[in-house]
Amino acid sequence: MLNIIVCVKAVPDPNDADKLKIDPVTKSLPRSDISLVINPLDSHALEAALEIKRNDDAHITILCMGPPPAGNIVKECLALGADKGILLSDPAFAGADAFATAYTLAKAIEKNGAVDLIFCGMASSDGATEWVGPEIATFLNMPVVTMVNEIVENAGDEWIVKADYEHGYRKVKIKLPAVLTVTRNLNQPKALSFSGILKARKKEIITWDLKDLGVPVENVGLKGSPTIVTEMTRLESRREVEILEGSLQEKVDRLIKILKNSGVVNV
Amino acid sequence: MIDFTFTEEQELFRKAAREFAETKIAPHVPMMEETNGGWDEVVKELAEAEMFAVTIPEEYGGLGMGYMGRLIALEEIARVSVATAMMYQVFGLGIEPIMKFGTEEQKKKYLPKFVTGERLPTVAVTEPSGGSDPKGARTTYKKVNDSYVLNGRKCFITNSHIADVQIVLAKDEDNPEAFTAFILEIGMDGFKPTHIEHKVGMRGCNTGEIEMKNVEVPAENVLGGEGKGLKVSMSAIGDAGRGGMVGCALGLQQACLDESIKFSNERILYGKPIGKLQAIQFKIADMKIDLEAGRLLGYRAAAIQDQGGRSSNEFAAAKYYTTEAAQRAAKMAVDIHGGYGCMEEIPVTRFLRDSYVLGPSAGTSDIMKVIVARWAVS
Ligand SMILES: Cc1cc2nc3c(=O)[nH]c(=O)nc-3n(C[C@H](O)[C@H](O)[C@H](O)COP(=O)(O)OP(=O)(O)OC[C@H]3O[C@@H](n4cnc5c(N)ncnc54)[C@H](O)[C@@H]3O)c2cc1C
Repeated sequence: MLNIIVCVKAVPDPNDADKLKIDPVTKSLPRSDISLVINPLDSHALEAALEIKRNDDAHITILCMGPPPAGNIVKECLALGADKGILLSDPAFAGADAFATAYTLAKAIEKNGAVDLIFCGMASSDGATEWVGPEIATFLNMPVVTMVNEIVENAGDEWIVKADYEHGYRKVKIKLPAVLTVTRNLNQPKALSFSGILKARKKEIITWDLKDLGVPVENVGLKGSPTIVTEMTRLESRREVEILEGSLQEKVDRLIKILKNSGVVNV
Repeated sequence: MIDFTFTEEQELFRKAAREFAETKIAPHVPMMEETNGGWDEVVKELAEAEMFAVTIPEEYGGLGMGYMGRLIALEEIARVSVATAMMYQVFGLGIEPIMKFGTEEQKKKYLPKFVTGERLPTVAVTEPSGGSDPKGARTTYKKVNDSYVLNGRKCFITNSHIADVQIVLAKDEDNPEAFTAFILEIGMDGFKPTHIEHKVGMRGCNTGEIEMKNVEVPAENVLGGEGKGLKVSMSAIGDAGRGGMVGCALGLQQACLDESIKFSNERILYGKPIGKLQAIQFKIADMKIDLEAGRLLGYRAAAIQDQGGRSSNEFAAAKYYTTEAAQRAAKMAVDIHGGYGCMEEIPVTRFLRDSYVLGPSAGTSDIMKVIVARWAVS
């Protein structure tokens, strides 16, 4: 049986983007009083695991570090078809950067036992560093392929995957156990189903805190984060709009001029 | 203390239903509006999303999500398409009496097939002689040997041309006080859907007439016992029928509110969005208060059912309140849109037309008041 771990992050609901506030001191995003959703790329990571489970014998564990409300996200993953959930929740874990996050997740993966495959989204919608997957692999001393967009061969313990690479792609042979981070092109996540939600009733969600992981408090959360956010600035995005006026000929002439000036056409 | 929050699981039901409505039902709406058809496609979507399994117990292959689960699903579907929600609600109304009054054989025969959508039920009570007065109905049955022969006509029947299992209320030809409910199946000689209605709203929701000409119905298709027909049909309509209309109305109210907020944020007058005008804000507040009150009435009645009680009185109050509130909300939404509120491509005009169709279904507002008054003085 293939033991698969899917790392899932609870990120702010984009529909509530106007309610987001950044802590002015820690420069982090407090998550306890905003609505949370599954990080979009992580649902592709979960779907990748589910696709494997549909064809092979596999057990899928969801691993999520976040405040207690992130438990709902774990539950949703169980409703989508995962078998077991682990929520890493402790005030000490708060404010973690990619490094401290990967460290904490890696420790939990070690504690959880045998693992063949770890799926992560390529990036999170709120942090977007793309580092957590590779850093987990480093902590666990495993190979990693980032930006996987197709699983070409998955028989035995040597897999072949296709991954984005600038304007082309890489085809990589990788030996399990391994970490794969995925893009949205890998698959189309399936919708939640009522029967899936009901099946999740019988599935277990374990919560582990700092004590359960048995790691030093200096290594996790804000304290364990080497990244220092020194300053933040607001990005203004401005769009210039020009409404073309005049006769059809005048409008066409003006349009051609604009396209020429911006280098789009060369006439 | 009473807990007024939805459980984590119910929130997931809502999320699943909303996703379904927005991705699978919304794309059908323009075609339904244009053609007053398209129900086959919509029914297929409902079946694929396990919608027909919601109220059916697990032992018959269903999901056993109860009245709360059904109300959540209906509300989310109606937010996108009241026409679809209406068909879905009446399928639920057809399932209810078989669950509540069916023999074990009837349950085993029909419920698992309803779960998958392979067979589809409806309830046919109303006749041209007047829906508010079911005793005035003229459809009759006569016992001949071991079976019954039915004659008559039913009108305004939701899913008349889709449902292949129809629960029909008829009066004993020889005893005008005795009513019996029969399970009729398409394929029985002399039984067929006839006229299709063109309603002002809920276009794409199938409503029509059925006709029974010397239909021979075997005794095993009597539902709930001979002479028990009024109880069978009225208790299904009282609980599932009115409860279903509450879901349709709440979803429509939410849709009116959503579109009104969107438009009043976008429409700029006097240099600022009209949402800044108190006259507009007060309309939005009225809609929100109605919606909150209606939800409390509706979900409370649903919770009573799921705890094993009856709540047809509570559903009557909720049905009255929410369907009237949906009409108020639709009018306010249209008003907020100014001239755009008269243009067919703007969704609120559909909401206004749909809101007027909510009224009579499962009993008019007057009839709801008759019931609530009886409840109050009892
Ligand atoms: C979209 C739609 C779907 C429907 N689907 C179904 C279905 O699936 N199955 C089914 O059996 N029926 C269905 N019906 C019929 C519905 O139940 C009836 O329309 C309803 O019961 C009213 O009956 P009526 O239309 O004959 O009006 P009437 O009963 O003739 O009522 C006319 C008027 O008299 C008033 N009135 C009647 N009695 C009283 C009273 N005692 N006190 C005060 N006022 C009174 C009414 O409120 C109304 O204003 C549907 C109707 C619609 C519009």
